[in-house]
Amino acid sequence: MKFRQVLVLLLVVALSLSVVVVHAQDSKVIKIASQSPLSGQQSVVGTGIRNGVELAIEQLSGPLTELGFTIEFVPFDDQATPDVGVNNAQLLVNDPAILAVIGHYNSGVAIPSSEVYDANNLAMVSPANTNVNVTDRGLPTVNRICGRDDTQGAAGAAFASGLEGVESVYVLHDTTAYGQGVAEFFAKAAEEAGIVLLNLEGTTETANFEGVIQPILALDPDLIYFGGMFSQAGIFINQARAAGYEGFFLGPDGFDSSDYSELAGDAGVGTYYTTVAAPASFYADAAQFIEDYKAKFDVDPQPFAAQAYDSAGIALAGIAAAVEAAGGEVPTREAVAEAIRATEGYQGITGNYTFDDNGDPEQATYVILEVASSDPADWGTNAVLDQFLAPSPLIAAAGEVTPEATAEATPGA
Amino acid sequence: MLDARRMTGPASFRPMVEWGYRYILFPIGQMLIFVIGAALVLTLFAYLLAFLFPVPRPNIILVDQVNRQLPGMIISGITIGFVYAMIALGYTLVYGVLKFINFAHSEIFMVGSVVGFEVMRRLGDAGSLPGWNPILLIAVMVLIAMLISGLLAVLIERIAYRPLRGAPRLVPLISAIGISFFLIDFVRAFEAITRNDFNLTYPIGDVAWFQQPVEFALGVTSVRIRPTAFVVVLGAVITLIALNYFVNGTKLGRGIRAVSQDMTTAGLMGINVNRMISLTFFIGGAFGGAAGTLFGMNVGTVTPFVGFIPGIKAFTAAVLGGIGNITGALLGGLTLGMIESFLNGLLVYFPALGQRYTDVFAFSVLILILIFRPSGLLGERVDEKV
Repeated sequence: MKFRQVLVLLLVVALSLSVVVVHAQDSKVIKIASQSPLSGQQSVVGTGIRNGVELAIEQLSGPLTELGFTIEFVPFDDQATPDVGVNNAQLLVNDPAILAVIGHYNSGVAIPSSEVYDANNLAMVSPANTNVNVTDRGLPTVNRICGRDDTQGAAGAAFASGLEGVESVYVLHDTTAYGQGVAEFFAKAAEEAGIVLLNLEGTTETANFEGVIQPILALDPDLIYFGGMFSQAGIFINQARAAGYEGFFLGPDGFDSSDYSELAGDAGVGTYYTTVAAPASFYADAAQFIEDYKAKFDVDPQPFAAQAYDSAGIALAGIAAAVEAAGGEVPTREAVAEAIRATEGYQGITGNYTFDDNGDPEQATYVILEVASSDPADWGTNAVLDQFLAPSPLIAAAGEVTPEATAEATPGA
Repeated sequence: MLDARRMTGPASFRPMVEWGYRYILFPIGQMLIFVIGAALVLTLFAYLLAFLFPVPRPNIILVDQVNRQLPGMIISGITIGFVYAMIALGYTLVYGVLKFINFAHSEIFMVGSVVGFEVMRRLGDAGSLPGWNPILLIAVMVLIAMLISGLLAVLIERIAYRPLRGAPRLVPLISAIGISFFLIDFVRAFEAITRNDFNLTYPIGDVAWFQQPVEFALGVTSVRIRPTAFVVVLGAVITLIALNYFVNGTKLGRGIRAVSQDMTTAGLMGINVNRMISLTFFIGGAFGGAAGTLFGMNVGTVTPFVGFIPGIKAFTAAVLGGIGNITGALLGGLTLGMIESFLNGLLVYFPALGQRYTDVFAFSVLILILIFRPSGLLGERVDEKV
């Protein structure tokens, strides 16, 4: 018994010493976290987001390291699941060295997790979350550099009405915050554009879509719009084509992963998707990024990897500004969040970013792509059919005179 | 499936005919009756719905939609129904012998689907896929999946259930759930390490035969059946006939039936109880594996999580038909598959509802059936549980 007590005592002492030592080192350490799905069906894109952040921290933390700070990177796996994301959020807000989070991939995960960040004044910069409620809640800590689903749905509808012979559409979604949101915006805009909306339907099926397809075949739409992720959409279109569907197929940026080609096979060739993140090769300034990314990770950058790189760049610039304001000391989280929101004219590899009062980029790019090949390795060669810049609702409303227009332009506000 | 009298050996022509009737014609007839019966009942239901709600939504005339969709709904119902039936057999066989629900069975199904993928993918990577006869290819895939899933089920029984056989009933249930999680994460890790991939896509496109759907006109609509749907149904029918013969027509099958009736007495009669239990797990697991491969071929892509939903539904099918009852598993699977397919096809026309409520309605129907027939459609068949 004596021996055991001594052992426990020694352990306690050793532990508390180590805490002291770690704490002493911590004073000049700043950590940046990422949250994205690193396992599961969407891990391809999630890993790309993590890699983009890692590369940015390696390349862009110069101004901070010169001031004597060490920048560390802590990647978290949100498993594309809201409760895992929230759990991780609670873990990471308890590490005082973490001053910014880059993430998430799924809006359904980002929205509840960002409530936790905001309660702890921790800034988040999102490379990929397009649901309107990510920023429309008006949280001072939540920012994104991508576009929004209301505009994305409208962009899809504008494109669809230009497709030859499209008079009717069947809209299907995956019942998530993201999928249902973008599908409803698409359906609304499509009806306004004069396309007959045959149905707006949700499904949670992930493998066997045969039952879902039967009424679609019977209604015989010219176009199917699928609001959801590539992991469902790829399997769905594969089975729909096999069952005899011959019309167009369009979806949102959730399709944007090379795994879509793998799942859809030949059935996916010639299908369309809108996205808020064009392939990295589309951006003139991203050539160096693609080269570095390939050299470091030995794969082509997945969609949103370049956006993750820019998000981390914005976070680092914000932290640097806050450090300067704090006179070279570690800044508070509030100061970092304020500095990030105040970002103006940040020149990244995917564009020039200024946040509006809600954390949306003042200008966002929307592009429409066509899947070129059934080979996942060719995903980067998907042709950009169309692109346009759209202002965020706040900025668009600021151009209007009447307050009614403001209310209308910020849905959910 | 037929009553369990011992066969007398085909010494003359008459017993041969009797044998053919008992082990081939009768089970096929039974399946046909179940399929046609379920299809008929649900077709009537669909037209009743169309009669009650002729125009559920503007511009939708429900009768026309039902006319157009009917063949497709029936075919997809049969396909998924047979898959459910094959998985349900695994639950029912084990329940018949051990009186406990093997909740790891959905993961044995998943392993079967992954094994089928591995076999096909390896052949595809070796470049030999286009040269294979499709029937032979399917037979090889299914047999390998059956073997591995069967052995896995035996191993699970040996490791996780046999040491707990005397324990209270809840204890093996917990170890089944543990095994379930273990298998999911094991397969996930295995595929992540060997392929760095999560979505496992069968290289169906490499075999030309799979790309030729059978199309024929039927009334107002043209029906298109995928070859894989044929494969699922045919594969299920063949294995079910084999199972029927094995359980009712062989000495080993008699051993299993004896153990399921009374384990202690069967042991006293000189039957090796442990071996019979292992055999039961092997057969149940093999059926799960075959169902997994057929399901995977039909849907095209599987993941380590693919087993959960079909597993839950197949368990429900087993209870619906009468747990412990082989014929009941078949009937329950087909009924559930058909109900699900019809609900998927019809709920979309009701604006307030929609397909996302399919499972709610399907399970409500099941609850209703079980209220009136608590031991399932065909009953638990206590005298002859296998």
